[in-house]
Amino acid sequence: MLNTRLKNILIALLLITTSSTIKAENHPKENSSDELYNPVPAIMHHISDAHEWHLWGEGENSVTIPLPVILYTKGNLDVFMSSEFNHGYKKVKRGDRVYSIDSHSHIIEESGLHPLDLSITKNVASMLLALVVLLLLFAGAGRKSKNSKGSPKGILSYIEPLVLFVRDDIVKPNVGSNYKKFLPYLLTLFFFILINNLLGLLPGSANVTGNIAITLVLSFVTLLVTNFSANKSYWGHIFKPPGVPLALMPIMIPIEIVGIFTKPFALMIRLFANISAGHIIILSLISLIFMAQSGLGNGGAFGVAPVSVLFVLFMYLIEVLVAFLQAYIFTLLTSLFIGLATVDHH
Amino acid sequence: MDPMALVTPAIGLMFWTCVVFILLLLLLKKFAWKPILNAVDERNESIDNALKAADKARSEMANLTADNERILAEARAERDSLLKEARDMKKSIVNEAKEQANTEADKILTSAKEQITNEKMKAITELKNTVADLSIDMATMVLKSELKDADKQKQLVSKALKEAELN
Repeated sequence: MLNTRLKNILIALLLITTSSTIKAENHPKENSSDELYNPVPAIMHHISDAHEWHLWGEGENSVTIPLPVILYTKGNLDVFMSSEFNHGYKKVKRGDRVYSIDSHSHIIEESGLHPLDLSITKNVASMLLALVVLLLLFAGAGRKSKNSKGSPKGILSYIEPLVLFVRDDIVKPNVGSNYKKFLPYLLTLFFFILINNLLGLLPGSANVTGNIAITLVLSFVTLLVTNFSANKSYWGHIFKPPGVPLALMPIMIPIEIVGIFTKPFALMIRLFANISAGHIIILSLISLIFMAQSGLGNGGAFGVAPVSVLFVLFMYLIEVLVAFLQAYIFTLLTSLFIGLATVDHH
Repeated sequence: MDPMALVTPAIGLMFWTCVVFILLLLLLKKFAWKPILNAVDERNESIDNALKAADKARSEMANLTADNERILAEARAERDSLLKEARDMKKSIVNEAKEQANTEADKILTSAKEQITNEKMKAITELKNTVADLSIDMATMVLKSELKDADKQKQLVSKALKEAELN
């Protein structure tokens, strides 16, 4: 009995550490009789968006910060606080519309209408927090730079090297001579991703940059900026690739057109996957303690906890690095794409 | 939970991301990037200017030093030439004076000699006159004494006659 449990633990460990969450989700189902703790719902809950900011507690006893729900259904704008759902246990009626929330935090209209959900979700709230933090930091630094002469002082002495790093080491070498036009966008992009990455590392915070919708918007902006600033030679390389035999044109042109979209698509996936993976690994390592408890009892939990905590600490430091790295890579590649689209070949 | 939910973008979240990002772009552009980058550019410019000014001052300083050295060298050369001139002048003055002194001395010497000769001649002449007078006087006295008695005068006349006959 103990042997099979140990075996299960080891298998689970292996699966979790390879961060294959889907397998980990399936695994306990096969051995449901063992009642091994399944970390997947908790992990998914942590990295997903929600209509309320969950702090602690389970089910109806959850302690949450209610957030505004904004729904646009059939020409009606319905606004109410998410607390009216009572953590999903209640339905909300507005006129002839009855709303309920499912376990995936999706709002459903009972009569089958599809409401447009523009709620201030946990991620939106976190983004707004990031907006406030960014404005406080950078507008403060900006005001300081206007008033003071000479060397940068106070908050500006921290902000300025970062801004100059983005300008001189990311934007200037990659965009080229007309970099000034794109500088405000690229600076905003870098610091938006960076601050959201870092806010996402705070305990109890939202997984903003690990959400596909947000990375989709950011990479879509890259797509727009790149293609709207592109010059003739960029389009020439797509629709009339130089040095390609005419017979290959029917293959090359579609490939080039797909290439327009794969570049920002890769940006979207990279940021989303990196940040989400980091969160998943940390949550999995924490979950190991509870898995050990369910498999081996309290002794197992105490045995695993120090190892787990050490690994989490290690991962956390890597995540801080990744927060900077991913902001850097996203901005760098966007700069590179803009540079490639605007470079003058002649 | 459906894992596909993770990779299904939510419309509302996309909408709000656009709103927040555009808002952030506009606000930060106005209140952060422009002032910060302007301040940096201004500072760079002022540093460049200060460096250029320092370079200029240094080159001016070097020019000044070179000028000073040139002036000093010129002054030294002038002093040397002045000294040389003075030395030459001294030498020539001394020589001239010596020459003049020599000629003067010669002149004095010759005039002295002349005078001496003159005086000597005068003295000789005087001496001659005196000797002549004396001899006349003595002759007078002798004659007077000789011619006191008549015998002696006869003897003398005969003697003189004799002598004259001899002549």
